[in-house]
Amino acid sequence: MSKDKTVYIVDGSRTPYLKARGKPGNFTAGDLAVAAGKPLLMRHHFALEAISEVILGCVMPGADEANIGRVAALKLGIPESVPAWTVQRNCASGMQAVDCAFRNIRSGLSDIVLAGGVESMSHAPVLYNDMMVNWLSHFMMSKTVAQKLKTITRLRPSHFKPVIALIKGLSDPIVGLSMGQTAENIAQRFNISRQQMDEFAVQSHQRLAFAIDNHHLDEVETIYDNHGHFYDQDDGLRRDSNEKALANLRPVFDKKFGLVTAGNSAQITDGACWILLASAQAVKKHKLPVLAKISDSEWAGLDPAVMGMGPAHAMAPLLQRNQLTVNDVDYWEINEAFAAQVLGCRAAWMDEDYCKHQLGLDSSLGEIPADKLNVDGGGVSLGHPVGSSGARIILHLAKTLERNNAAKGIASLCIGGGQGGAMLIEREAN
Amino acid sequence: MQYNHWSVHTDEENICWLLFDHKKASTNILSTEALTELNDILDHITDNCKAIIFKSLKKNGFIAGANIKEFVGRDYDAALALIKLGHEVMNKIAAMKCNTISLIHGFSMGGGTELALACKYIICSDDASTKLALPEVKLGIHPGFGGSYRCIKRIGPLAAFDMMLTGRAINTRTAKKTGLVDEVTAHRQLERAAIAYASKKYVQPKPSLLNQLLNNALIRGFIASRIRKKVAHKAPKKHYPAPYKLISLWQQYYDSPQKMLTMEAQSVAELVADKTAQNLVRVYFLQEQLKSAADKKLFKPSHVHVIGGGIMGGDIAAWCALKGFQVSVQDQDPAILAKTIQRAYGLFKKRLKSERLTRNAMDRLTADHKGYGVEHADIIIEAIFENSDIKKELYQRIEPRMKKDAILVTNTSSIPLETLSTCLKKPGRLVGLHFFNPVALMPLVEIVHGEQSDKKTLAKVSAFALHIDKLPLAVKSSPGFLVNRILMPYLLEAVVMYAEGIPAEAIDKAALDFGMPMGPIELADTVGLDVCLSVAQNLSQRYATAVPAQLEHMVKTGHLGKKNGKGFYPYKNGKPQKDKTASYKSCENLQQRLILMLLNEATACLRDQVVENAELLDAGVIFGTGFAPFRGGPIQYIHDTGKQELQHSMDNLQTVFGERFTQDNGWNLV
Repeated sequence: MSKDKTVYIVDGSRTPYLKARGKPGNFTAGDLAVAAGKPLLMRHHFALEAISEVILGCVMPGADEANIGRVAALKLGIPESVPAWTVQRNCASGMQAVDCAFRNIRSGLSDIVLAGGVESMSHAPVLYNDMMVNWLSHFMMSKTVAQKLKTITRLRPSHFKPVIALIKGLSDPIVGLSMGQTAENIAQRFNISRQQMDEFAVQSHQRLAFAIDNHHLDEVETIYDNHGHFYDQDDGLRRDSNEKALANLRPVFDKKFGLVTAGNSAQITDGACWILLASAQAVKKHKLPVLAKISDSEWAGLDPAVMGMGPAHAMAPLLQRNQLTVNDVDYWEINEAFAAQVLGCRAAWMDEDYCKHQLGLDSSLGEIPADKLNVDGGGVSLGHPVGSSGARIILHLAKTLERNNAAKGIASLCIGGGQGGAMLIEREAN
Repeated sequence: MQYNHWSVHTDEENICWLLFDHKKASTNILSTEALTELNDILDHITDNCKAIIFKSLKKNGFIAGANIKEFVGRDYDAALALIKLGHEVMNKIAAMKCNTISLIHGFSMGGGTELALACKYIICSDDASTKLALPEVKLGIHPGFGGSYRCIKRIGPLAAFDMMLTGRAINTRTAKKTGLVDEVTAHRQLERAAIAYASKKYVQPKPSLLNQLLNNALIRGFIASRIRKKVAHKAPKKHYPAPYKLISLWQQYYDSPQKMLTMEAQSVAELVADKTAQNLVRVYFLQEQLKSAADKKLFKPSHVHVIGGGIMGGDIAAWCALKGFQVSVQDQDPAILAKTIQRAYGLFKKRLKSERLTRNAMDRLTADHKGYGVEHADIIIEAIFENSDIKKELYQRIEPRMKKDAILVTNTSSIPLETLSTCLKKPGRLVGLHFFNPVALMPLVEIVHGEQSDKKTLAKVSAFALHIDKLPLAVKSSPGFLVNRILMPYLLEAVVMYAEGIPAEAIDKAALDFGMPMGPIELADTVGLDVCLSVAQNLSQRYATAVPAQLEHMVKTGHLGKKNGKGFYPYKNGKPQKDKTASYKSCENLQQRLILMLLNEATACLRDQVVENAELLDAGVIFGTGFAPFRGGPIQYIHDTGKQELQHSMDNLQTVFGERFTQDNGWNLV
C-alpha cells in the first residue's frame, strides 16, 4: 500500500488587517507574525520540535528582518533546530509559502509545516537616493575640516528627494507602469465602467461588515500594541461606503481620465497570516484536527502590463487538470487587488475570444457566480498586505467551505510582474 | 608554591596570571584565608614581570567581596584587624611597578571591586551580567579595602559617591563612561585584551578639570554638605551613619591619601561594631536563609499561565516574562489585557534598557484572551477578583484542561485554600503564592500551605519563586497570612489617629522617624483603601481587629486612595499632596502607638506559628513591608529595646486607649 500523500490544512490564524495611516504602524512585520502565530501554536498540543520547517512569505521585510521567516520562528519560541525560510513572489508570497509547504509535504520531505505571509506596508522603508548616498560616501572620506566643509557646500535640495520603497515596489520596472495603471489597461480591454468598479467596492465593504457581525472571521486573533490598545477587527472597513461617495473620488494612477481610485483598489495594510499544514501521517500521529486539504496548485505567467488577469490564467489549467467546470467549485476567493482586475478575470472567462486565444481553450469557461466569489469581502474592504494576502485567502476559503459544509474551493491572486497563482482546496463534506 | 584558592603562573610572555578559584564555594569571596594567601603571593612574586593579571575562574563572576560572615558580631579591634589585612593586600597591589590588570566578567562586588580599583587597568566583558558595585552601604558600612579613596580618585567624587552611597551595581556602559573601567570587550576577547594591556606603557591618568575642582579642599566642604542633604532624604543620619562617615572621610582627608586610607579602616571598624551594621548584616543573612530554604533544581516551568490581567495578575505575568519565562496572561476583557501589555512594555524598557532585550521579553509574554495557555502551563497563577464562588467555578473549568502535573497557585489574600480546594479533583495541587504590590519592587512572596496542599508541590512553588528572583516565605494558611496580618493593625491605628483629628502628615512622619520606608497613611492610599478595608474586614472575622468607621466611610464616599487620586491625601500625577505646614506637637506617643500595634500582632503571629520561627518572621516583615531594616525586624527590635519596657508601654496605652492595646500572649514567647 502506498503512503497517503494528502496534505491537510490543520488550522490557521491571522491578525486583523490594519490600514497604513501615512506613518509606520504600531507593529513591525515580525511583531505581526508573532501575534498571529502565538495563539495558533497555543491551540495545539504537539511539541514544537515536530515542526519540519517554517516558511513565510514577505515582499519587503524590515531592514533588521532579513530572512524574516527565521526571525519570526525564533520570536514565536519555535526551537532553534527547526529550519525556517522566506519566500517572495510579490503579491502571492503568502500563497507561495503555502505552496512550498504543500509540495514538500506531498513529496514526503516534511510532516508539519507552519507557512504563512506577512507584510507591514506601513514600515516600507524610505531610502536615500543615489546622489545622497554618493555624497555621504564623499563626506565620510573627507578627512580634514576644510574638506568636510567643502563637501557640505556641494549638498543640493535634490539630494534630499527620498526614494519611497513602497511606490517602487508597486511599479513594474519592465513595462514602466504602476500596478494601478495595469488595472486601467484591464478596464479598457473589458470595457469595465467606473460604476461597476465602485459597485464592486461597496459590495466588498458590505460583505465584510456582514461577516464581522456574524462572526464569520474566527481566524482573526486579537492583537495588542505596546501602548495600551488592542485590535480585533480589520480596520479598513467602511460601513458607510456607498456608490455616491465613491464616485466623488479622483483617479489616482491615470490622474485625470482614469477609472481606478483609492476607493476601488485594495488598501495599503499591515497584517500577517499563518496556516498549519500537516501530512496524513502527522495528523494521525499528533491527533491533529483537519480543516481541509490542498489538492493542487498552479502558477501562470502573462503580460506584466495586464498582471491583474493572473487569476484567469492560473485558475484555468487548475480546472482543466482536475476535470472541473466552473459549476463544480463551491466557493472562490480571488484577491481584490483592484475591483477592475477581479471583474476583468470574470469577464475573460465569459469571453470566447479571450479563452480561445489567451488561455488556449476550446470555448469560454463560463461565469463565476458573484454570490460564490469573495463572500466575506476582500482586499478592497479589508486590505491587501501584499505578502500576507495569499495565505489569508487560502485560510478563509477553507473556513468558508467548513462553515457551509461545502466541498471545493479555489483561491487565486494576481501578481505584480505578470503572474497568477491558484490553489484548489477540498473538504470532505459531511 | 601551592595555594588553596589561588593559582599563579607566568606565561612565556612574562605575564603573571593570578587565577582565583575559591575552594568550597560557588562564588569567589575575599575570605581571610583567601586574603592571607594573596598577601603571601604578592610577597613572593616580583614585579619585574610584564604585568600581573587578576582573573576569576568562577563562571558567575569576578569576586563577590569580603566574607560577610566574618564580620558578624565582631568588636572594633577584631574588625580592624580584618580590615587591615585587606588594606595590606590592596596597598601591595597598588604599589606594584609593573602593569596590574583586573579582568572582570559577571559581578564584581565590594572588596572585589576594591581589588580591581587597586590595579592600574580594569578590563571587563560586555555581558549583560557584568556589573560592578560597591554595595557596602547596604550593610551599614562603606568600602573598607581602600576603595573609598581609590574610587573617588579614579572616577571623581560625583560618580564615586553615586556608586558608594546608593550601593547600586553599574553596568559596563556606565562603567566605561565614568572611567571606572578602561576597556569593555566581548567575553571571548578578554584574554587578548589583557595581553594587549600588559605591554602598554602606563601613564598616571590626569583627573579632569571638573574633578580637580570638585576635589579641591576649598570646594569639598560645600559639595559634601550638598551630598549630605541629598542622602538625608533616603537615609537619616541617626539611623544610617555609614554614608555620613564616608562623606566626611573624603571631605577631611582626601588631600593625604595615606591618612584617608588609615581613617577609612578605622571608620569601617567602628561601623562594623555598631548596631545598625550588625542588624543590616543580619537582614542580609535572613535573605540568604529564605533563599536557601528552597531548591531551584526541583522545578522550573517551561510555560507560566496567569489568569487575571488586573494590576496584580498583569504585573506578575510581566515579571515572570522579564525573568525569562514563556508566559501567557488571560483575561476576559481585551481592554484590560491591552493595559497589561502596556505596563509590561514599560517595565521591560526600564529594566532591560535595550531594544532587543525588550522585544525578546515582549515575545515571551502573550496576551491570551481565549486562555489557550491553561493547557500548556506547568504552573497556573490565579489572580482574579477575590470571590470564592467565582474562583471555584474557574478552577472547576480549568482543572480538566490542565496538564497532569501542573500546579495551581492562587494569589488570594483572604480566602482559605481549604475552601477553594474543595472543588478540585486534586486538591493537593493548590498552593497560595501571595505577591505584594508593586510586584516589581517587593522582594517577598508568601508561600501559603493549606492543610490540603501537597508537600512536594509547596517545595516546587518555592523553587519557582527563586527562579523569578523572589524570596519565598512559607506561611500557614490563616487570615492575612503573615505580612498583611502584622501590617493591618498598624495601618488601622493610623486611621484611628486620623479620625481623632491628627493630621496625616504627622502620623506618617512618626513612622518615617522610626525608619519605615513610607508612612502608614500614604501606604494605605497606595495599597488602595478598598483593598485595606476588605483585608481588615476579613481579619476582623477571625481576630480582635476592629474596622475603623473612618475607613468604611472613606471607601463609601469614593476615596479609594492613589488609584483614583482621592485618599487620605489628594493626589496629583500620582504624587500625594502633603501639607508641609501641618504640625502636631506630641509626636512621641504617635510612634509608640503605631509600632506597638505592629509588635503586638507580630508576637501574636509567633504564638499562632504563622511562620516557623522568629527569624523568619523578622525576614517576612522586613522584605514584605520594608520594616526599618536597620532595626532588624520586629522581634529583633523587641530584643534590642527590651521586652519589659515595651510591655510596660503597652499597659500604659491600654489604660488610655482601651482594649486594642491588650498584650497578646505571644509576648511570653519572645
